Amino acid sequence: MARTRRSERGPRRSGPGMVARIRAYFRQHAHHSLGALGRLARQPVASLLTVAVIGIALALPAGLNVLVANARVLSAGWESAVDFSVYLQHGLELERAEALAAQTRARSGIAAVEIISAEAALAEFREHSGFTAALESLGENPLPHTLVVRPAPTLDAGAVAALAAELEALEEVELVQLDTAWVERFLGIIDIARRATEVTLLLLGLAVIIIVGNTIRLDIQNRRSEIEVMKLIGGSDGFIRRPFLYGGLWYGITGGLLAVILTGAALLALAAPVGRLAGLYGSEFSLVGPGMAGFAALLGAGTLLGWLGAWVATARHLREIEPT
Amino acid sequence: MIRFEAVGKRYPGGGEALATLDLDIAPGEFVFLTGPSGAGKSTLLKLVALIERPSRGQVIVNGQSTRQIPRRRIAQFRRGLGIVFQDHKLLADRNVFDNVALPLIIAGFSPRDINRRVRAALDLVGLANKGPRNPMTLSTGEQQRVGIARAVVSKPPLLIADEPTGNLDPELSLEIMRLFERFNELGVTLLIASHDIDLITRLGHRRVMLAEGRLVGDTAADGSGYDVDGDPAYGQD
Repeated sequence: MARTRRSERGPRRSGPGMVARIRAYFRQHAHHSLGALGRLARQPVASLLTVAVIGIALALPAGLNVLVANARVLSAGWESAVDFSVYLQHGLELERAEALAAQTRARSGIAAVEIISAEAALAEFREHSGFTAALESLGENPLPHTLVVRPAPTLDAGAVAALAAELEALEEVELVQLDTAWVERFLGIIDIARRATEVTLLLLGLAVIIIVGNTIRLDIQNRRSEIEVMKLIGGSDGFIRRPFLYGGLWYGITGGLLAVILTGAALLALAAPVGRLAGLYGSEFSLVGPGMAGFAALLGAGTLLGWLGAWVATARHLREIEPT
Repeated sequence: MIRFEAVGKRYPGGGEALATLDLDIAPGEFVFLTGPSGAGKSTLLKLVALIERPSRGQVIVNGQSTRQIPRRRIAQFRRGLGIVFQDHKLLADRNVFDNVALPLIIAGFSPRDINRRVRAALDLVGLANKGPRNPMTLSTGEQQRVGIARAVVSKPPLLIADEPTGNLDPELSLEIMRLFERFNELGVTLLIASHDIDLITRLGHRRVMLAEGRLVGDTAADGSGYDVDGDPAYGQD
């Protein structure tokens, strides 16, 4: 018995116990992670489909997030843009307009006043709108002189509104248009879009967990007899669970990688048209990508969700399988 | 090595599989467990391997009552135990070497030790050159020997087998039994369930007979002890 008794308490390990144990631990992990990867590679079509679904599910909220982030960047310059346009009476002489501009400039609470003459406005309009022919046919310039008034930055919204009302009351003024209303509306829309993105992220994250969980569940069912054998020859729950967790991890990593590629590709495809559109508005704006940190977060989210899905599936289904 | 103390087992919704059973198997013994189908042989082995737990009484394996082993420590417990199955339970998705290596991988052996031990185990069962083969391409007798190599590769002090020769012809059956005898010579305690009375009688080890969940005979290797001879129920199926 002496010979066999020795092994009762466990295996003879080479080298000192602790070091050998740690090495065995990492060896088992390497064994299982590579094994799980090999298993995915052996069923390329099924794996690819799962990965594609995960990739798309992750790319969608990531793409939305990029859009919202860009909209915020775009609007950041506008939040202080409380310029308002003061349209003067049509037909008012330019001298009167200039005098009014000077008067306004002299008021308190005014940072700057710029005058855009009817002619200048027409020329600009003609250049950018493409309505040249239509304008020609009008014969007469339909545009009034305009004062672009920039209130002092110290003015709050109420003071700005009061200022606008005062200017509107002047005899020479036809209409004052505050530009803040639409900025506020735009910011409101962005806020909704941001919320929608968060909800989408939450739902699609859940979807990824379910997709991976279901894939791993099927995998567990297919390998039922193998799991039974493992349990019979002394495989611990952790040992048996590990290949499945690595399976989920690989699905998550590859899905996350695909999401990074999809998002990156979408950004590249959009960059040129967005640049053109910005050019039309005379803006220097260009699309801002999620950056390295954003892409890393996407990959990390995929990995985490994949692992989580596998964890849920193994927690639910591995225990049910017991040798009989 | 194994002790049953007033052990009873009743399956939920089923009858009594084992009724108040007492049994003592000393270290180094070679014991055949015999009796007709449904006598409780498999149940007894399952209680030893902690696949089932007793409804009454206690089972002591290796000096430890299985009652004191919580679920999470069952895996550790089973590593001190070699189990041979009638249907071998080999994994078809890996070769013979990897099948035999599995208990060592689970126990965390180094690749060098695994290599050495698996080769030794395969050599012992006469399959030294079959390592790279897929087990499904081997004959039934060879598959069973792979199963045995897997059961002994981590050198457990106790080996249990449920009808290990159930699917084999008499010649192969004898071969397998001789293999078990060699492990016994090395000090391994064996408990083998079989209803192949002719073979068991020829080999002449201790025989424990069950019928309807009760111990009805216990014959030592030298023939002493008690037996319920003349009962046609034994050795029929």
